[in-house]
Amino acid sequence: MSSTTEQEPEHGDVLVAQVEEQLRAPAWTRLLTGSSTFIGLILVGLIVVFSILSYTNFVSASNARNVATDAAVLLVVAVGMTFVIVTAGIDLSVGSVLVFAGVVAARAMHAVGGNSWGTIIVGLLVALGCGLGWGVINGFLISKAKVPALIVTLGTFGMALGFALLITGGVDERSVPFKLVDTIGTGRVGNQVPYLVIIAFAVAAVFAVLLHATRFGRYTFAIGSNEEAARRAGIRVDRHLIKVYALMGMLSGLAGFLSLARFSTTTIGGHSTDNLQAIAAVVIGGTSLFGGVGTLLGTIFGVFIPAVLQNGFVIVGVQPFWQQVAVGAVLILAVYLDQLRRRSEYQR
Amino acid sequence: MAEPMLEAREIVKSFGRVHALRGANFTVFPGEVVALVGDNGAGKSTLVKTLAGVHPPDAGEILFEGRPVHIASPVAARRLGIETVYQDLALAAELDPAANLYLGREIMRGGVLGRLGFLDKAEMRRRGDQQFKELGVAIQDTSASVATMSGGQRQGVAVSRAVTWASKVVFMDEPTAALGVVQTRNVLDLIRRVRDRGLAVVLISHNMPEVLEVADRIEVLRLGERVARFERGDVTMEQIVGAMTGAIKHEEEAA
Repeated sequence: MSSTTEQEPEHGDVLVAQVEEQLRAPAWTRLLTGSSTFIGLILVGLIVVFSILSYTNFVSASNARNVATDAAVLLVVAVGMTFVIVTAGIDLSVGSVLVFAGVVAARAMHAVGGNSWGTIIVGLLVALGCGLGWGVINGFLISKAKVPALIVTLGTFGMALGFALLITGGVDERSVPFKLVDTIGTGRVGNQVPYLVIIAFAVAAVFAVLLHATRFGRYTFAIGSNEEAARRAGIRVDRHLIKVYALMGMLSGLAGFLSLARFSTTTIGGHSTDNLQAIAAVVIGGTSLFGGVGTLLGTIFGVFIPAVLQNGFVIVGVQPFWQQVAVGAVLILAVYLDQLRRRSEYQR
Repeated sequence: MAEPMLEAREIVKSFGRVHALRGANFTVFPGEVVALVGDNGAGKSTLVKTLAGVHPPDAGEILFEGRPVHIASPVAARRLGIETVYQDLALAAELDPAANLYLGREIMRGGVLGRLGFLDKAEMRRRGDQQFKELGVAIQDTSASVATMSGGQRQGVAVSRAVTWASKVVFMDEPTAALGVVQTRNVLDLIRRVRDRGLAVVLISHNMPEVLEVADRIEVLRLGERVARFERGDVTMEQIVGAMTGAIKHEEEAA
């Protein structure tokens, strides 16, 4: 027998795996790269540190509410981005699609007029539809026309923002129904939990189930892991990719609507780095840019790490600009850990 | 002899200016192992990919159980009961072995949840474990991704997937290329057992002793054409190598 190590009972048919081949990564890298636990611990660590530094200001219901509200819109975008990056894709257009959807929805609600739930629902459907439209365009160009995702979404990033500016003439649309702002925008359930936060977490929960428990999610991972294998297994890869980008677009549209509700204006100029923030959050959360690996729980942590850093720095009196430095460092660390994982697994 | 399970006639396939197959013929009968041999670039892998629906042929005819068929995609091949173990494995490395075994054929939950697209992961894992055990594939941790496994285990997963779903023909493109001695032996045993179930097994291999050991018949490709056919027992290594290298130029001469 070729193996020098004696191992499990070996009945004649066993394709014995040679133990030497099981080059195990060191325990600490396995722990660090294993799952979203590590990134969750970083988040907990940050919260602990800020709590110690400034207990009275940091640990309060109102501050938790602030952090969560600030993160809510980004969380919705990052949920979609998780699916896209799990397929080994990328979507740079999200911020512009968000703005476009917000602008068209605001116009639509203005046109319908009134201050009723009917108007608001029209606005929501218009926002979702706009996002879906851009998403389908992205998905079609990426999967059928075979233009790289980076280029397609860089193109639609410019186009969606350009159209939004053309529609508004560059001036923010401010005619948002009061009812929308009072309820979804700034309202709270039980005077405690903002609707925005509840909506964002509900979206995250639904899509976590979609990603991790359904066939749709399984195919998303399979395509990101090995597109050719997925194709040979009979998965309609092109159609699935169009659906994933359509989903991403729709969530950008929803984020645009939520942003409209929160700020009661279209904030045209305020979303040029949403794409990078969402990508950073997803990657910090342990999703691999090379596809096939990721969790939605990790993405939630990845959204909240920058949000907690920002908030904590302000409270403890550090210049908030340090947040950008810290987030950049965490991002690089997260990708480094992903590389470690890949190296330990693939080089054999 | 019985009717061929799968027969390729005058298959032509070019990639740009490269003529990979120039009128290749190929035959495999039920319940036999046919080794498809040839030098590098002889067109073995292309022929298998053509018959497995990966690259539809430019010209030629494919007969399946005597009927002409058009195998336009891997899915079409699978519907006919043809499965393939590709040289480049074609596993989704980040997924676990059971997920790979059931990729594209997932077991869904019962009732409403199933219709909503929910997977029955527990059942797939249970049946997967059972299947790997029956086929003699040793996997310690069935929840780990395929990427963390050894070459032998990965090959075991790929072979298991093919033989689990094949009902007629299994193509294996160099299934033992990356394996050690013990694992190679197990794959060869597995090939015999699949044949004994009545399936047609097509084995591509460069390893002549292995071919002489396991194959019932040998078909030789050279420069995109079949140049020789041998029965087990009445062939020597020299004859096979002669056909592969062009010392024997036509099928008739070798017969």
